[in-house]
Amino acid sequence: MTSVTVNQSNNGSTKRSAGLVRKIVSSQEFILFVSLIALILTVGSINGNYLRPNNLISILQGNAFAAVAALGMCLVIISGNIDISVGSVVGVLAVISGNVVIAGVPFWIAWLVPIVLGALVGALIGFLVAYLRIPSIVVTLGLASIIKGGLILVTSGREISGMPAEFMISQFRPLGIPMPIYFMIVLTIIMAIIMRYTAFGRSIYAVGGNADAARLSGINDRRVVLQVFIINGIFVGIAALLFATQLQIIRATVPANFELLVITAAVVGGVSILGGVGTVVGATLAAILLNAINSSLVFVGISPYWMRAFQGILILVTVLADLLRRRRQGIGL
Amino acid sequence: MSELLELAGVTKSFPGVKALQEAQFSLRAGEVHALLGENGAGKSTMIKIVSGVYRPDAGRILVNGQAVQFNNPHEAKSHGVATIYQELSLYPELTVAENIFLGHCPRTRFGLIDWAETHRRAREILESLEIHDMDVTRKVGSMTVGNRQRVEIAKALSQNAKILIMDEPTASLSEADVQRLFEIVRLLRERGVGIIYISHRMEEVFELADRVTVLRDGQYVGTRHVSDVNEAELIQMMVGRTIDQLFPKLDAEIGQPVLEVRDLVRPPLTRGVSFTLRAGEIVGMAGLVGSGRSEVAQVIFGINPPVRGEILIDGKPVHIRNPGEAMKKGIAYVPEDRGSQGLVRAMNVRQNMSLAVLRALARANFIDDKREFSLAREMIERLNIKAYSTEQIVNKLSGGNQQKIVIGKWLAAKPRVLIMDEPTRGIDVGAKAEIHRLMSTLAQQGMAILMISSELPEVLGMSDRVLVMREGRIAAEFPRAQATQEVIASAMMSQTGAAS
Repeated sequence: MTSVTVNQSNNGSTKRSAGLVRKIVSSQEFILFVSLIALILTVGSINGNYLRPNNLISILQGNAFAAVAALGMCLVIISGNIDISVGSVVGVLAVISGNVVIAGVPFWIAWLVPIVLGALVGALIGFLVAYLRIPSIVVTLGLASIIKGGLILVTSGREISGMPAEFMISQFRPLGIPMPIYFMIVLTIIMAIIMRYTAFGRSIYAVGGNADAARLSGINDRRVVLQVFIINGIFVGIAALLFATQLQIIRATVPANFELLVITAAVVGGVSILGGVGTVVGATLAAILLNAINSSLVFVGISPYWMRAFQGILILVTVLADLLRRRRQGIGL
Repeated sequence: MSELLELAGVTKSFPGVKALQEAQFSLRAGEVHALLGENGAGKSTMIKIVSGVYRPDAGRILVNGQAVQFNNPHEAKSHGVATIYQELSLYPELTVAENIFLGHCPRTRFGLIDWAETHRRAREILESLEIHDMDVTRKVGSMTVGNRQRVEIAKALSQNAKILIMDEPTASLSEADVQRLFEIVRLLRERGVGIIYISHRMEEVFELADRVTVLRDGQYVGTRHVSDVNEAELIQMMVGRTIDQLFPKLDAEIGQPVLEVRDLVRPPLTRGVSFTLRAGEIVGMAGLVGSGRSEVAQVIFGINPPVRGEILIDGKPVHIRNPGEAMKKGIAYVPEDRGSQGLVRAMNVRQNMSLAVLRALARANFIDDKREFSLAREMIERLNIKAYSTEQIVNKLSGGNQQKIVIGKWLAAKPRVLIMDEPTRGIDVGAKAEIHRLMSTLAQQGMAILMISSELPEVLGMSDRVLVMREGRIAAEFPRAQATQEVIASAMMSQTGAAS
């Protein structure tokens, strides 16, 4: 270990505020926010329709349910795990809640069903990962495969339709703004507060950053991982509800590449794929940015098929940047 | 006899430490040359230089009188150097013959592996070592440690090794396997192989070696013919240095027993450990690597709870099943490896400092920012940590400052019993002195401290009492007045050393 020479500054306060500004400007959240504004203004200058309020709302709305799932994914990745069953679980929970409401169960119970089931699925994953020590990528890969197969067997691929209007929570527009946007904003704020200010949030960072050190500091690392997966399950359940109620029909298939979108949002939002680092606000901004890019391609006349490729490039570049940063700081890998 | 291998003026530094300074060594054909020294004396560094893992900063290496430079282990191998490390490097899923000839299997004329020839030659090599009972088609993973070691030796011979380095080859062998190993070593010596033999066990050195070279603190102390020395002289050579005045142990009032452990058992390395730790007392724990010192600490701290035995706090038996419970009983543990067990490296100073007291700092799970900041500031000041702010990421700090943060994290929990595992390993002299001073102050304030250390001067300078561990048990105990380097070293290394 080389010894580092450190300047002990006496004029700490000016330095600290300068440091704060630099910290904000260099943060992933700030970069994403500036990129989002720049993108909207650029595309808007090419095609004025892009700036119309309806379009701006749809930019916010399009990935709102993915942003909700990304909040859970952030916790999972920060804790040093991954969940690649998100798409499958969202698909099956959406179908279940649709069937439940069609069977005559009151709509508000049908709202709760995917959330409760999501928490149970999360508890199962969390138990397998934390207590039986099966790597989360294996657990969730297996789960995804089981659900994808089971979903088609049970529904034989039929669509579900005819849900009552009061069930369609995604289509509510209080103050003219679609409900999913409220969900996205409120849940992001709640999670940001939990991650920043609570002992629980800090424990997640500690477990993801160095599970041994966390355990030796008296943190129950297994319980933290279990709790993270339960919370993730709740968010996946909410995402499923928003997905199920956005259209008049529920397609009995898993939303294509949904987990890739969710993981991309988390990682592009600044969550380190190696765990221990990242914030939830970045993930939400990234989810919005991804949708904004997607819709802007249409407005400037580029084939939407480029979106997939672009998403892939974005995730590779962000992970690479993260690894380079870690190597420079000497933390991990 | 001609010199098979010669090292002269070999020097190797790592950031912050001179691992080897101007060391010399020579090995003749048909000789067993033992390399002795305490933990950290430079033995490993020397064998890594000979086997091409490290490149020396200065000095010459001669093989058969020719100057050589090894850029990697492969080049050392091609000069006939083979190393058998403590952790064997075989592939458990491959067979005996495959392991022996890995990378240089005999080929048929079509370029395919000639299995019949591979097996025949594997058998031949094993026969030449008087090993007649080994199935060369068996997978190595299912074999005993002793047998695996024989395969490793056979592998070295298959590469025509002329210089064989054996790093603590008997550390994990049964008595019967040790005897067979000795026979093989003698066989190889007769055949003209030069063997560098590293062991902590004096009796082996005297039984097997022709000459012995002693290193201490990275420096060459001397080479002797085994027939010309006795055990006491060798120990004197290994530890014979004056204790410098780095250790300001202050007198503290020693009070009631705080921690007592009775017949603590947790296989494989804790085999019945009993001792008492009193308020205001610093007890040093000495022992060789692998003697079970850290393991005892981990048993007490609940990382690996005991399967048998009692732990008493203030005379009352307690059950400790995990670190959280140990903390609640007032025990803190500063682990040996601060990087992998002590710090969350991506977190800043403040967040690391509060890690063990998060719950106490939080109300309704919300961390009290003000208290957290003031805790971090207080510890930075109290421990003289050189960080530019509480928000600095700990990974950028020096080893000494990182260690102070780990200590600070535990002081925040206000423990009554502080277990410190190698508290000053790898940190600079200044920080070391500060940590020693801090330990003294804490003892004066009534804390009971158990200090595990591989540095005898540190143990002698800081301890009110010294416990010596050997093979999972307390082999000896010395009050401060009677503790000398010689008696401790001798208790660490020989079965008869327990008499004080």
